[in-house]
Amino acid sequence: MDNFIAKFQLNFIDDSRWRYIADGLGTTFTVTFFAAILGVILGFLVALVRSTVDKGGSKSIVLKILDTICKVYLTVIRGTPAMIQLLIMYYVIFSSPDISKQFVAILSFGINSGAYVAEIFRSGIMSIDNGQFEAGRSLGFSYSQTMIHIIAPQAFKNVLPALANEFITLLKETSICGYIALTDITHGANTIRSQTYEPLLPLLAAALIYLVIVTVLSGLVGKLERKLRTDGR
Amino acid sequence: MADNQILFEIKDLCKSFGDHLVLDHISTTIKQGEVVVIVGPSGSGKSTFLRSLNLLEEPTGGSITFEGLNITDPKCNINKYRQKIGMVFQHFNLFPHKTILQNMTLAPIKLLNKSKEEAERQAMELLRRVGLEEKANAYPSQLSGGQKQRIAIVRSLCMDPDVILFDEPTSALDPEMVGEVLNVMKDLAKQGMTMAVVTHEMGFAKEVGTRVMFIDEGQIKEENSPKEFFENPKNPRLREFLSKVL
Repeated sequence: MDNFIAKFQLNFIDDSRWRYIADGLGTTFTVTFFAAILGVILGFLVALVRSTVDKGGSKSIVLKILDTICKVYLTVIRGTPAMIQLLIMYYVIFSSPDISKQFVAILSFGINSGAYVAEIFRSGIMSIDNGQFEAGRSLGFSYSQTMIHIIAPQAFKNVLPALANEFITLLKETSICGYIALTDITHGANTIRSQTYEPLLPLLAAALIYLVIVTVLSGLVGKLERKLRTDGR
Repeated sequence: MADNQILFEIKDLCKSFGDHLVLDHISTTIKQGEVVVIVGPSGSGKSTFLRSLNLLEEPTGGSITFEGLNITDPKCNINKYRQKIGMVFQHFNLFPHKTILQNMTLAPIKLLNKSKEEAERQAMELLRRVGLEEKANAYPSQLSGGQKQRIAIVRSLCMDPDVILFDEPTSALDPEMVGEVLNVMKDLAKQGMTMAVVTHEMGFAKEVGTRVMFIDEGQIKEENSPKEFFENPKNPRLREFLSKVL
């Protein structure tokens, strides 16, 4: 027991080493939060284009070109590891040393997540019965009005569990931030390990923090899901 | 609008899916106040014809004129005209995430710029007319099929349409619920609503229809007053059809 207290003291209290993890926590939250927002916006737009073309709702050439761009985006992003994307974003695209690492991470993870969110949204939109669409159009709603007022709310409810899963994956995926020397939870814990030569406690602490965040997130989503289920259906 | 004004003028309407010609040069008119009942064997194109009238199916040939405007013209803003053309579907297509009242007021509020109060007042009045005012705050999943279809009918009425298209409105209903829906439709017809109805209910066609149209192989094979249509059919395909369904 004394041994444990001594190790705890060494890893977290001495030299205020806990701050590596605390700072990292902030970074993990910031990167995950803004990347999720970017991912949802990107994913929604891509899903809109893809499902419009899939449904044959428009024959415009601009949309066909956009659809091709979206398909390339989905293939490239889903076909390469997030870590490679992050490294390319930091070292190749923004090779300048002045660029904020956090910004690069948000952009990279946001673009990555957007591809997965797009497919989630698209499956949600396609899962809505075509009759809903026809009912909206027959009342005089335009394609986009039907999408916003009738299809999207139902699609969102259907994909909520998958979407929550994606956010949880995203949160854990940000643990590779250390590769561009950005201190997130993982990198913070690893820094402590490299100073104290004591791997168990810092890594365990990091794992525990991820676990707690994910558990809380899952609980919140479950609550939201139950709420959405009670209104309607 | 004067009585007997032409609402729909359909000229050489064609629709094909790939090589398959579903509608084969259909020409007819629908006048104000008419109740046109469209019958025919399944796969004859009668639903496709009805769905072409508000361009849910895009015709591949010919033209449709609605209230003097060519709605098949690509430059025409179809959303505007669909507001005047109500539609009732076989599977009701109520919005499951909205209450009955919200189902009915969504389009009037967003498209006709009605105030929420005014739209709700109108909706409640219509609900009373079909005896469902106590369902205003229920969700569609809490209703029976017949109730859903009655709501679908009054939802289309909320837009004050000039004509309502019915696509097999009773085909998905349990037999004991068919009557309540047909009664609402009869009331509408009595009030002078222009209607085009695809149905298998020959009794409704006889009793309420002002004209019955037989569509087979993508063509109008015969159209006539209900009396002539049922008592004195001329087309051999129609005779065969009637002998099977009556």
